[in-house]
Amino acid sequence: MTEKTTMSSLPDEHRTSFLKRVAGANTLWIGLVLLVLVATFGAIRPDAVFQVTTLQFLLAETAVLLVLSVGMTFVIITSGIDLSVGSVLVFASVASAMAMNAVSGGDATNAGWGVIAFGLLVAVVSGAVWGLLNGLLISRAKIPALIVTLGSFGAAQGAALLLNNGSNVSGIPDRLNRTFGSGTYLGIPNIVIVAAVVTALGALLLSTTRFGRYTYAVGSNEEAARRVGISVRGHLTKVYLLAGTLAGLAGFMGNAFFRVAVVTGHETDNLNAIAAVVLGGTSIFGGTGSVLGTVFGVFIPAVLEKGLVIIGVKEFWQPIAVAIVLVAAVWLDQTRRRARNQR
Amino acid sequence: MSQPLLEARDLTKNYGTVEALRGASFTAHPGEVVSLIGDNGAGKSTLVKCLSGVEQPTGGTLLFDGEPLVLGSPNDARDLGIETVFQDLAVAPDLDPAANMFLGREILKPGLLGFLGVLDKKAMRKQATEHFTRFGATLQSIDVPIAALSGGQRQSVAVARSVAWASKLVFMDEPTAALGVVQRERVLDVIKRVRDEGVAVVLISHNMPEVLSVSDRVEVLRLGRRVARFKASETSVEELVGAMTGALTQEDAA
Ligand SMILES: Nc1ncnc2c1ncn2[C@@H]1O[C@H](COP(=O)(O)OP(=O)(O)O)[C@@H](O)[C@H]1O
Ligand SMILES: [Mg+2]
Repeated sequence: MTEKTTMSSLPDEHRTSFLKRVAGANTLWIGLVLLVLVATFGAIRPDAVFQVTTLQFLLAETAVLLVLSVGMTFVIITSGIDLSVGSVLVFASVASAMAMNAVSGGDATNAGWGVIAFGLLVAVVSGAVWGLLNGLLISRAKIPALIVTLGSFGAAQGAALLLNNGSNVSGIPDRLNRTFGSGTYLGIPNIVIVAAVVTALGALLLSTTRFGRYTYAVGSNEEAARRVGISVRGHLTKVYLLAGTLAGLAGFMGNAFFRVAVVTGHETDNLNAIAAVVLGGTSIFGGTGSVLGTVFGVFIPAVLEKGLVIIGVKEFWQPIAVAIVLVAAVWLDQTRRRARNQR
Repeated sequence: MSQPLLEARDLTKNYGTVEALRGASFTAHPGEVVSLIGDNGAGKSTLVKCLSGVEQPTGGTLLFDGEPLVLGSPNDARDLGIETVFQDLAVAPDLDPAANMFLGREILKPGLLGFLGVLDKKAMRKQATEHFTRFGATLQSIDVPIAALSGGQRQSVAVARSVAWASKLVFMDEPTAALGVVQRERVLDVIKRVRDEGVAVVLISHNMPEVLSVSDRVEVLRLGRRVARFKASETSVEELVGAMTGALTQEDAA
């Protein structure tokens, strides 16, 4: 009889309260840091900070990095790393722009939606191919992710330069730029809406599906995942494929925003994405993390950069400030793990 | 005697130059508790890994219900109703006990959401809670990461997980090693209950009184080979220790 009672009352009693769990999560703290930053800059220069164009520009610029960082979140949770995302972005961006030009007789400036859809397909597929290559080399050939993606970091950048002899590619359809590059909906840049949708889907995939659960399991204890029959190799391949595909999409978004496929300026995208993910509370050792945290992690450096400029501090302070927060975040994570593993 | 459920004949397993198994044989009958004992390094864990599909033996044969069997992966063993509590537990420390129990066997939501791979976390948590209560894994909280539990609790979770899914055979590689007296008794109780449900249990333990109290039979491994077999009711701690150390050998054991 007593056993029955315990059993039925277990689910409520034994569940940590929602508030407690949220407060214990890194995500909450990193979100607070972001809020404090925005409030501080806002208090100093409310006129400049809360201006629609300032916010719009901040969001639009960050949208591309956000999409890269969503893919990076999955990769880092598996305790992997992907250094190639920025180069893959450039490759996809160049390949997509050239493909759109090619099917429009050399200049796609006035092209229609059919050509634009083709350009999107080329961007996403070329990103996916690099991601698949990364995934297969890491999971089948057992080469460390750091080395594989360091290789594709160089190779994808080189291949992008080869495609157009090292020049930027112009001829991005006006229609693409007007709608997704500079267009807004209710004041929100459309490119931001795209990034937000991708991010929301990524968050759902990670937190509610079996794919997400396996991502955590593989990063938490690869051998345990294998022993319960999860195809670890297959899953790792899919995760790198996802990161590559999102990098391809990010390349297409960049084309829409900048109206040109640029071959430079993405050399540190990989590090920025990794920093965003780790800032957001995802453990560099794998097994824990969240997409929401990554969203905060993407915006902290962006807000710091914009805010410091606005309040008249030399923007050179920005990387230093980010570095301090980043190291502190990893240090906290490590302390927590050490405390936990001593039990 | 009945037809053996699982039989290993002359298994060998080499790790590079290390011969972990040198012609080991092993037999488990349906619904019995058989203890596998031996000194450290005798090859017990390696044998368990070979019999649960985690490692592939270098040589030798396996029979399941008298039929030749090849275990290419842990899934092959699981499909036959064989579960294992590994010595290193093999749990995902960042996932909670319910997620660990259902790892690789997730319950999905019905309908379209399930088709999209959406987990039914509520159902899994409910079933896991009931199961842990039934098999004596006392946890203050069902939704903290396994890493936040004590070593004993982690071991109880691993035991509960294995018996949840086993329909034919459970291997338990030192399941009581990190346990206190009360928890140890509970695991032994779980073993008896599983046996009563007709599931065979292979127990690895260094605790001889424990082995004698819970087992029907005992098989002894020494230097990668089976060196003796006993009925638990007809042997003694002295005899078992003798077989483990090599002071005593049986002709027909191998
Ligand atoms: N993965 C491995 N690589 C190399 N040697 C191993 C490995 N696993 C086990 N061994 C060796 O095989 C022998 C048997 O080990 P094990 O099966 O763990 O013994 P037991 O569980 O009986 O203590 C030991 O000498 C051990 O060092
Ligand atoms: Mg062992």
